[in-house]
Amino acid sequence: MSLQVDLNAPNRAHTTPLMSLNNLILRFKGQTNDVIDGVNLTVKSGEVLCVVGESGCGKSVSAMALMGLLPIDSTHISSGKLDICGNHIDLSQTCLPSEMRGNSVAMIFQEPMTSLNPAFTIGNQIEEAIRRHITDTQTNVRTRALDMLQRVGIANPEQRLHEYPHQLSGGMRQRVMIAMALANDPKVLIADEPTTALDVTIQAQILDLIRDLRDETGMGTIMITHDLGVVAEIADTVAVMYGGQVVEQGAVTEVFNDPQHPYTIGLMSAMPQLDSPGTRLTLVPGTVPTVANMPSGCRFRTRCAFAAKTCEMRPPLAAITQSHGVACHYAPLEANLSVSS
Amino acid sequence: MKADIILEAVNVTKHFSGANSWFSQEPTVQAVDNVSLRVRRGETFAIVGESGCGKSTLARVLMRLLSPTSGNVLFDKRDVSAASGSALQALRRKMQFIFQDPFSSLNPRMSVGKLVGEPLEVHAPELSAQQRRDRVADLLHKVGLRAEYAGRYPHEFSGGQRQRIGIARALASGPKLIIGDEPVSALDVSVQAQVINLLGDLSRDMGLTLVIIAHDLGVIRHMSDRVAVMYLGRIVESGPTEEVYTNPRHPYTRALLASIPAMGSKSDGKTPTVLGEMPSPTAPPPGCRFHTRCPHVQAKCKTDTPNLHSANINDHQVACHFWEAFPDPPPLTPSPPKTKAVEARFALYRAAVEGGTVTYKNHQPTERP
Repeated sequence: MSLQVDLNAPNRAHTTPLMSLNNLILRFKGQTNDVIDGVNLTVKSGEVLCVVGESGCGKSVSAMALMGLLPIDSTHISSGKLDICGNHIDLSQTCLPSEMRGNSVAMIFQEPMTSLNPAFTIGNQIEEAIRRHITDTQTNVRTRALDMLQRVGIANPEQRLHEYPHQLSGGMRQRVMIAMALANDPKVLIADEPTTALDVTIQAQILDLIRDLRDETGMGTIMITHDLGVVAEIADTVAVMYGGQVVEQGAVTEVFNDPQHPYTIGLMSAMPQLDSPGTRLTLVPGTVPTVANMPSGCRFRTRCAFAAKTCEMRPPLAAITQSHGVACHYAPLEANLSVSS
Repeated sequence: MKADIILEAVNVTKHFSGANSWFSQEPTVQAVDNVSLRVRRGETFAIVGESGCGKSTLARVLMRLLSPTSGNVLFDKRDVSAASGSALQALRRKMQFIFQDPFSSLNPRMSVGKLVGEPLEVHAPELSAQQRRDRVADLLHKVGLRAEYAGRYPHEFSGGQRQRIGIARALASGPKLIIGDEPVSALDVSVQAQVINLLGDLSRDMGLTLVIIAHDLGVIRHMSDRVAVMYLGRIVESGPTEEVYTNPRHPYTRALLASIPAMGSKSDGKTPTVLGEMPSPTAPPPGCRFHTRCPHVQAKCKTDTPNLHSANINDHQVACHFWEAFPDPPPLTPSPPKTKAVEARFALYRAAVEGGTVTYKNHQPTERP
């Protein structure tokens, strides 16, 4: 399994969490089931947390709820405590105050074409983001915007400031998005599939950039992705989500070198590997149920090959080691069950 | 031994001329430039490259959905680049296409039975309605769907199931060759694996030849026998998949393989990947088209176009003036060995998914606090 990562990588675990989200429970009005069912996420300074899962697992919705970007009239958050940079916010009562949004916490989105306004120049849009949070002279704001474009590695920044999004390539647009997000020195950056729409060579460049900026600024990063390769490349900690629940969470070295949850094992077996071609892929049977059809208890049990009566009870996220938790009644599998063909 | 060639492209070029208006003439897009390739009967042939490299255009030219600007496409040794009318219809029966997006490629107003039966109406008009229904049920069964689904509509299915419907539709006319344009890239990992296995089973059981267009190098390594790497409208390297992956010779192929996120070990962020971005196909650079991004560029690359020529082993071709000057590529980082426990866990998972009986040992699960 080539997803394993180098155990000698420097450990960036610092002491106090920069941001923590506790027990987020969320449903969309008119639905009978929670879309997000008790998600806890923690990110420390200088650390990259990757939230990984398939479409519909709630990874983007969690991030949107955290940022306060979900429409209030169609969302019902019944629980969720957000501790961020010393502020305590009860998400069930209020959402992230707008002076913190884009300032303490910034977000970049998957599709750089649709998240930039085609009618304004790049410079204009970056300056708008800056001016939302600080009052300064036009010259200073422009200098700041220019500085940001330089930092994200855009050639000819003076010229680019006056260009429109359609004049830039996909990779450049994503760099502009990152420049805009970082313009106010956020403590936490949320990146929702930032490289999914890009080619591999450009993806490698953007991941390098995020890594450099993280080292430079010490910001905490929450990266949402479906690509286990990207997780292995950039993450310090990882949370595997399925059906709105975190099924496995911990240091990336431990989760990838010692996967415990049947879903994590299934995802890793289903990935075509570069070093073992031609073998038949073992897969995760079935598809993700819709929110209305989500089973009670362990939500993965309808697709799990090991599911038993016990799984109708929800397994707690139990610690395997100090920095690795798994939500499965039968973990570790090899100690608790056997399979005969 | 002479290989049995089912599909051959000879110096295929496809240019799209830009829109003409009274005031301006938009530049011509040189999507595919002088590409030659041979697909052998029964093999899985992959074309890989980044967006804008012309791989989808090439697939459409091979399929005769587009006609080439110059050059020829030979199917079963017959030139089809100018086929039309009944000759084209006969060709369509033997060659089918699977599209990338299972959400937009199926007509939402047609039931699955109608969707899969439609190619039969065209290509097998002699069948009665009942025979056609039986064939549809048979095809649905082949791709792992239940025959009862024939009465349902596409919106009732998930992405993976829709892609199965697309495959059933492609199989309906009994083709010899299927071209898939990114057939699995819109799907999630777990569903993607199901479709990859299905395509593998079908090509083996029915003796199909597959041409797969993709950008995911892992998927290609897994599925294909031979691979061609495209860059800006040209093939830069081609050969047996195993050889190209373990012994890449073109700097672009090497960069592409090095860019795959950390298959193996965490990179230090210092790995030299390619510089910058792909130039526009409306104004490709002269000489070697990769020279603007190549770390090994020399004066000759900027003026002389390199042709594909054989590298060290048979059938491995590379289009680079200086490939012999590069040192051998480092071996792919072997995966660190799995511990016994993890090995056992993966084996348990495989056995259980394949239908083994699970026996639980003494275990008292805890209720959620």
